[in-house]
Amino acid sequence: MAGGKGSSDLSQRLAAFKDKHGDTVRVDELGEFVGSLVDAATDDLLAADRKLFEEVEALALFIQSAKKEIAALRPDDVKDKFIPSATDELDAIIEATANATNEIMDAVEIVEGVMDAVEGTSADMLGDATTKIYEACTFQDITGQRITKVVKALKDIEARVDGLLGAFGDEIEKHASVAPKPGKKKKKGEITDEDLLEGPQLPSSAKNQAEIDALLASFE
Amino acid sequence: MAVDKNMKVLIVDDYKTMLRILRNLLRQLGFNNVEEASDGAQALQQIGQHKFGLIVSDWNMEPMTGIQLLREVRGNAETKHIPFIMVTAESKSENVIAAKEAGVSNYIVKPFNAETLKAKMVSVLGEF
Repeated sequence: MAGGKGSSDLSQRLAAFKDKHGDTVRVDELGEFVGSLVDAATDDLLAADRKLFEEVEALALFIQSAKKEIAALRPDDVKDKFIPSATDELDAIIEATANATNEIMDAVEIVEGVMDAVEGTSADMLGDATTKIYEACTFQDITGQRITKVVKALKDIEARVDGLLGAFGDEIEKHASVAPKPGKKKKKGEITDEDLLEGPQLPSSAKNQAEIDALLASFE
Repeated sequence: MAVDKNMKVLIVDDYKTMLRILRNLLRQLGFNNVEEASDGAQALQQIGQHKFGLIVSDWNMEPMTGIQLLREVRGNAETKHIPFIMVTAESKSENVIAAKEAGVSNYIVKPFNAETLKAKMVSVLGEF
């Protein structure tokens, strides 16, 4: 850059050289002067290179540390286990609320079917009540749309995590293999109290009452 | 002119439960001649086959949305006169403006009640 430290040093050296030797200089004196300039420049460059190498090394250590931290978060688990499990649970909520809403409407339609036999104020009251039930059932549509939005957001996160895993390649797998999975350590085959707190099962993996009864009966 | 309650009403929504709710509420209002479609494309097919006196449509559906259906209906000389009520959870001003610009007759935000449905139908069809 013009006017920097280097050009200022050069000006000072040239002024000092001129003071000492005047405007006429012998070739061997000029060679000595140029040699001293080259030596000084080399020293400056070596110092700058060393600083650059130190910074690159620090950057490499930082990236290495970041990789270990990301691996410790087990992004492979986030992609393979947590997000698919969360989306399955949310889909199950939509299905369960839709089924419940339809059962409510089945019942209301039965009530409406016998309303013709009722007259006067009672008929009006029943009519108003069934209308209110239909109105309340619109919750399922709104709930379904909101949950669908959350599922889309989760799928977006899944795609980004996938991209992250792809970008780091084997590095994440290498660190992940030594990073412990979150949660308590337990003996092989051991079922902890935590394992027994999974909440409602998805229909595909849930046992029905007949299966539970059969299981209980097997102890007798 | 009196509203003909026997006219065909087309309800369009991708949620089966919402179609059932709309059908029941319309029946309670005296409209029993109701056809259903699960998206805009299916609705267009129905519109090509029947004469409808009213279309009540959701917005957010695939592959053809409610606003696309509205534009198709308004863009066809045969169907442009059919009253079109949008019933949707999309409640941003931009949505309402876009629907108005496309020629919507009225706009109902979900969740809604029977009173609102009736009021909007009256504003579009006249007293019944």
